[in-house]
Amino acid sequence: MSKRWFASLFVMVLTLGSATAQSGTELRFCLWSEPKTFNPLLVQDDSSETVRYLTGGVLVRLNRQTQQLEPELATAWKTSRDGRTITFALRQNVKFSDGTAFSAEDVAHTIQQMMDPNLHSPTGDSFRSGEGKVETKVLWADKIAIFFPAPIAGLDKLFDQVAIMSAKSPKKERAVLGPYYVAEYKAGSHLNLERNPNYWKHDSSGHQLPYIDSVRLDIQQNRDIEILRLLRGEIHLVNSLNAEYFDKVIAEKPALVHDAGPSMDSEQIWFNQVASAPLPAYKKAWFGSTNFRRAISESINREDLSRVVFRGHARPATGPVSPGNQFWFNTRLQPHPFDQKAAMKRLEQDGFRVQNGALRDKDGNAVEFSVVTNAGNKYRERMATMIQQDLAGIGIKLHVVTLDFPSLIERIARTFNYEACLLGAVNIGLDPSEQMNIWLSSAENHQWNPGQKAPETAWEAEIDRLMRAQASELNEKKRKEYFDRVQEIAWEQEPFIYLVNRNALSAISTSVQNAHPVVLRPQVFWNIDRLSLGSEVAQK
Amino acid sequence: MKWVRRAAIIFLLAVALACVFAERLAPADYAHQFRDIPDAPASAAHWLGTDDLGRDRFSRVLHGTRISLLLAPAAALIASFLAAVVGGTAGFVGGALERAVMSGTDLFLSLPWFFLLITVRALMPLNVSPITSVIITFALLGCLGWAAAARVVCADARSLKNSDFALQARASGSSGYRLLRHHLLPNLRPVLYAQFWISIPVFILTEANLGILGLGVSEPLPSWGSLLRELEGYSSVTSNAWQFAPLLLFISVVSCFHLVVLDRELPA
Repeated sequence: MSKRWFASLFVMVLTLGSATAQSGTELRFCLWSEPKTFNPLLVQDDSSETVRYLTGGVLVRLNRQTQQLEPELATAWKTSRDGRTITFALRQNVKFSDGTAFSAEDVAHTIQQMMDPNLHSPTGDSFRSGEGKVETKVLWADKIAIFFPAPIAGLDKLFDQVAIMSAKSPKKERAVLGPYYVAEYKAGSHLNLERNPNYWKHDSSGHQLPYIDSVRLDIQQNRDIEILRLLRGEIHLVNSLNAEYFDKVIAEKPALVHDAGPSMDSEQIWFNQVASAPLPAYKKAWFGSTNFRRAISESINREDLSRVVFRGHARPATGPVSPGNQFWFNTRLQPHPFDQKAAMKRLEQDGFRVQNGALRDKDGNAVEFSVVTNAGNKYRERMATMIQQDLAGIGIKLHVVTLDFPSLIERIARTFNYEACLLGAVNIGLDPSEQMNIWLSSAENHQWNPGQKAPETAWEAEIDRLMRAQASELNEKKRKEYFDRVQEIAWEQEPFIYLVNRNALSAISTSVQNAHPVVLRPQVFWNIDRLSLGSEVAQK
Repeated sequence: MKWVRRAAIIFLLAVALACVFAERLAPADYAHQFRDIPDAPASAAHWLGTDDLGRDRFSRVLHGTRISLLLAPAAALIASFLAAVVGGTAGFVGGALERAVMSGTDLFLSLPWFFLLITVRALMPLNVSPITSVIITFALLGCLGWAAAARVVCADARSLKNSDFALQARASGSSGYRLLRHHLLPNLRPVLYAQFWISIPVFILTEANLGILGLGVSEPLPSWGSLLRELEGYSSVTSNAWQFAPLLLFISVVSCFHLVVLDRELPA
């Protein structure tokens, strides 16, 4: 009898011990800077964005793996034919982290806050479609309609960024609907996020999510230290790695790293085509010539850039959309091949010829120009140096100039005193409407010739027309046709000479289960509520 | 300690000779990218391996050393000359002029000149060849690096002007110019030499710092600054020990300069 009693006690202790170990799970990783705000409507920086993703509850969520929209707090939604109204049916019996009930009033409150011009919400900017107010109408406690003054293409996807705030809770933005809430914040040190006890989501077996009890975010600006901590097992993941760190980790712990393929980010060169730029007329003529731009493009060995600069963790770029963007990428297009003979033929069409190893234009001017890039970015400096050698192959002398960032911006955005520029683009969203500020000829980010009063070339006028058409079209198929054509024009005219798409590289401890790194941000913890920790827990 | 100084001089001479004959000694063009073998270890074809773009590291070290060793003394010469003119004049004339010049020098010293250098460099024309850009960079270093030396020279000139032999020369009817030419300048020479030798490693280090920020010598021209960028950060350091060769040479050369200067200064 007593033996059986001891055996039962032993089993109970073991069970309790194991339960305690399970309930104390903590995921650890680093933020590279201090979060600037906890107000989800004011998020602009990466760290605040991470906190918003981990704590905010949204009506709909873009599944980062399938790139399809999925219901969250809204069980169903419908966009009107004119693209001005969206109606959401809301999930019932949902509570905020502090126990306040969730209803359509909270959605209305969030939208009103977001569209308040005095708040200057960066999230709200995406919803500003035209003159006039955004109205909300609570139809029932679990149904709401939102009215916009003008149609917005891809309207439902924009709600992926809108974390719903409570209208009634005294905790304001600290009351959240996401998987975690901010329990502790020590400036300059760390944030502790605790599991939201009222999180609405359950797994298929009825277990409340998230699986991991808490998330500790250490504020660590030094990437070297972050990698060392990962290798020592002190943190569980690094959301984004560069090629060098990737190789460093793979050499020591190959099981940790993941290459999810080409990310949304691209690197590109463009020529200054601003009419009023302080450049000689003959150089303006070169930069304005499609043949010249295409020849430069065909003289650049993108495969070498991917292999040497990015150590194989990049892919030659085709255009403004990465192949990682499953729906919007134009599959008919291929990256421009490295073909210096074809490049010379194009240049000869414009009267260029090679004399004593140097390329000269029809007036005898030696082809020589500078490319500016930001100092301190080793990848861009290396790319520029490789391009320098590539262009020397067709007799072009390229000067690589690295400038501190403010000086660079001064030249490319204000004085236009530059010839060519090499920079990168970070595309967060998938929808082409998010690139309106680049492709419209009147836009300030139309970098090769910004702020045009009227399109200065026929192909820019065509891009303007197509971008506006896709933005006001609700049929996705038609929108895709329009934007495919934009990509084709960009490929033919090459106002941006796209070089490479960097791969989305990350590292995750083998103790993290259910992790499926993807190319969209946040690459590793996009399914945070389904991640769990195995036996190999990171040590403090 | 004489043998240490001799060894330092011999080492510096050997480095200088290697740089003079860089074209003959270098196995490849310093700019040529062997793209199939980036980050290669040392081999018969590439004695110090290749860098991240596949360029022969030994050739780049030779040319980079030549540039840094040629232009740093040139910048030091400019700085020492300016220090001699400004500091010497202020110390020799004295009075209100000395106070005004030294106040100006103090003001110049208090300027965040590293940022000033970055700003001035950003204002430079973009279409300049790498060699012109490196000359401009070192010329700027020379033009900005005179102030500390000027204070030392001024103090020395003032003390020389008030010394017994200067007093005697003046009492014997020496004119101001004669006093300066025959008595003060020859006695200022050791201080100016010391300032010159001290400035060389300082300018080498400053160029290296600018290079690490990516604001030094333009690609593809190598300099010690750009060569040391290979070691920037934990991720850049590979298991390839030859990557450290430029750093080792840099430390050796700067240390040798200090040894030579130290030994010159001690007897003075």
